[in-house]
Amino acid sequence: MLIFVGKRIGFMVFTMVVVSILLFLLLEITPGNVATKVLGPYSSDEQRNLWLEAHGYFEPFYLRYFSWLGNFASGNFGDSVRFKVPVADVLWPRLGNTAILGIATFAVMIPLSLILGVLAGMREGSKLDRSISFISIVTTSVPEFASAVFITAILVFWLHLLPGTSTMSDGFDIMQLILPAMVLIIYDFGYVTRMTRASMAEVMTTQYVRTAILKGLPYRRVVLRHALRNALIAPFTVIMLQINWLLSGVIVVEFFFAYKGFGALLLEASLNQDIYLIEACAMVAVFVAVATQTISDIGYTYLNPRIRFT
Amino acid sequence: MTDKSITPATGQGAAIVRALKSFGLLRESIVGMIGTFLILFWIVVAVFAPLIAPHPPNAMISPFVLPGATGPDGNFFLLGTDHLGRDILSRIVWGSRTVLTYAPLATLAAYVVGITMGLAAGYLRGRADTILSRISDIILSFPVLVLYILIIATIGSSGINIIIAITFASAPGIMRIVRGLVLDLRNRDYVAAAQTRGESAWHIMLVEILPNARGPLIVDACLRLGYVIITIGVLGFLGLGLPPPDPDWGGMINETRSMALAYPYMTVIPCIAISSLILGFNLLADGLREISLRD
Repeated sequence: MLIFVGKRIGFMVFTMVVVSILLFLLLEITPGNVATKVLGPYSSDEQRNLWLEAHGYFEPFYLRYFSWLGNFASGNFGDSVRFKVPVADVLWPRLGNTAILGIATFAVMIPLSLILGVLAGMREGSKLDRSISFISIVTTSVPEFASAVFITAILVFWLHLLPGTSTMSDGFDIMQLILPAMVLIIYDFGYVTRMTRASMAEVMTTQYVRTAILKGLPYRRVVLRHALRNALIAPFTVIMLQINWLLSGVIVVEFFFAYKGFGALLLEASLNQDIYLIEACAMVAVFVAVATQTISDIGYTYLNPRIRFT
Repeated sequence: MTDKSITPATGQGAAIVRALKSFGLLRESIVGMIGTFLILFWIVVAVFAPLIAPHPPNAMISPFVLPGATGPDGNFFLLGTDHLGRDILSRIVWGSRTVLTYAPLATLAAYVVGITMGLAAGYLRGRADTILSRISDIILSFPVLVLYILIIATIGSSGINIIIAITFASAPGIMRIVRGLVLDLRNRDYVAAAQTRGESAWHIMLVEILPNARGPLIVDACLRLGYVIITIGVLGFLGLGLPPPDPDWGGMINETRSMALAYPYMTVIPCIAISSLILGFNLLADGLREISLRD
C-alpha cells in the first residue's frame, strides 16, 4: 500500500514537471514574443532588448527554465500584464471564489446523484430506473452554455426570480450563486448518477445480496446495510474525477454569468496573451486535476478490500 | 463506419454490427430510435440546406424581428432575425452544415491518431507502450477545456486548428480504449495463426485485431461525436471558434449573448439546435450499448 501511494505521488510530481516544461516551451521559447506580449505591440526593439536583458532572457534556455521553476515553486509567479499587479494577488482571491462555487455545487450534486443512482440501480429495469436514466442522458446532453441560456431565459427573463449575472459587485450575495451552481449541477449530476446506478445494479445481482433477500430480511435493510456499502466504492472515484470536469465547466459558467472566479480568469488571461497569468492558471488547474486523480486512485484502493489486502 | 465484408466476430462487436446492418433491430431500443431520428433530421437539414433556408445565411435583412413575425419589408421570419438583421432559421440551417462537417472530421482525425497509438502500444508492448501511455496520461491530466483554450489561444482559431486541438486532446482517450481491447485480443488463436503465417505486425494489427475491436469503438465514437459537438459549441461560445461571419451555432450564441435578457430567442434557438444534435448521438450510443448488452 505504501509503495503504491509513493508511486502515485511520484507520478504526480513527474506529471507536474512535464507539464511545466511543456508550458514553458509553449509560452516562453521565443524571448522576442515574451517581450512583445509584456511590453505591448507598440514597444521599440530597444525597449524590448533592455527588458529582456533585465529579466535574464539572454541566458540559455535550461537556466531560464530552472530559475522560472524556482520562482514558481516559491510562489513568485511574476506580474500580470493585464491587471498590472503580481499574479498571486489576482489568482488566490479568484481561486477562493471558484472554491465557493465548487463546494456549493458538490454539496447539492453528490447527495442528489447518489440518491437517484441508488434508487435507479436498486430495481434495474423498473419504470423509475428507466426515467432516471433517460433524464440523466438528456441533462448531460445539454452543454453548460445551453442550459445556462435556458435557465436564464426561464428564471431571469420570464419569471424575474433571480439575478442574471453573478458579478458580486456589492459583496457576496447567495442569490447570485444559485444560477451558476444550478447549471453545473444539471450538467454533471447525470454522470455520477449513471455510475452509481451501474455499480448498485451490479451489487444487487451478487450472491450475498440474494442470500440476504432470501433470508427474509426487509428489502430496505438489504439495500441500506448490505448493498450500499459496496455500491458506493465506484462512485467515489467518479466523484473525485468530477472535479476535473468541474474545472472545465466553471470556465463556461463563470464566463456566462460574469462570476469573478478562476475559470474566467484563465480564459481572460488566454484571450489577452497575459503569459505569466496563463502559466500560473494552467499550473494550478493541472495541479488540482492531478491531485484529485491521485487521491481518487489511493482512495479507491483503500476502500476496496479486495485490492487492499492483496 | 461498418465494413459489411467482415465476417461476424464474437461478443459485443458482432451484436452491434448486426444491429447496424439491420436497422430494424434498433427498433428494440426506443431511445436508440429517438437518437437516430434526431441525427437523421439534422443530416437531412444539412444536406438540403440551400433548399430549406429561406434567405442567404449572412444577408442582413431587417434587425430584431421577433419569431413568427413579418419584417417591415414584408419578409416572413419563422424564427426571427438577429441584431444584424440576419434570418435565424437560415443561419441555423446553414450552421448544421458547419457542425456536421467539422465534428465528424475532427472525430475521424482523433480516431486515426488514437487507433494507431493504441494498436502500437497494445500490440508492440515494451518501450513503445510505456512512452505512448505516459504521453497520454499527461495529456489526459489536463482539464479538457483548459487544454483547448491553451492550444487555440496559442495557434489561433480556425477550422483546421480546431480539428488539430480536438485530435490532440481526444486521441489519448481513444488510445487507452484501443490499447485495452488489443491487450485482450492479441493472445487469440487467429493472431497466433497470422504470426505463424509470417504476416507483418501492421497487417496483424489492422486486419486481424482492429476489426474485432470495433464494437466498443463504435459506441465510443457515438459518445465522442457528442463531446466533439459540445467542444465546437463551447469554443464558439467562448469566442475561440470559427471566425465570423459564417454561421456556427456556438458563435451565434456568443454574438447574441449580450442581448439575451431583451431578446432571449436569439440565443435560445441555437442552444436548442445544438442540444438536440448532441442528445441524438448520446441516445444512439445508449441504444447501441443496450442492444449489445442484451445478447
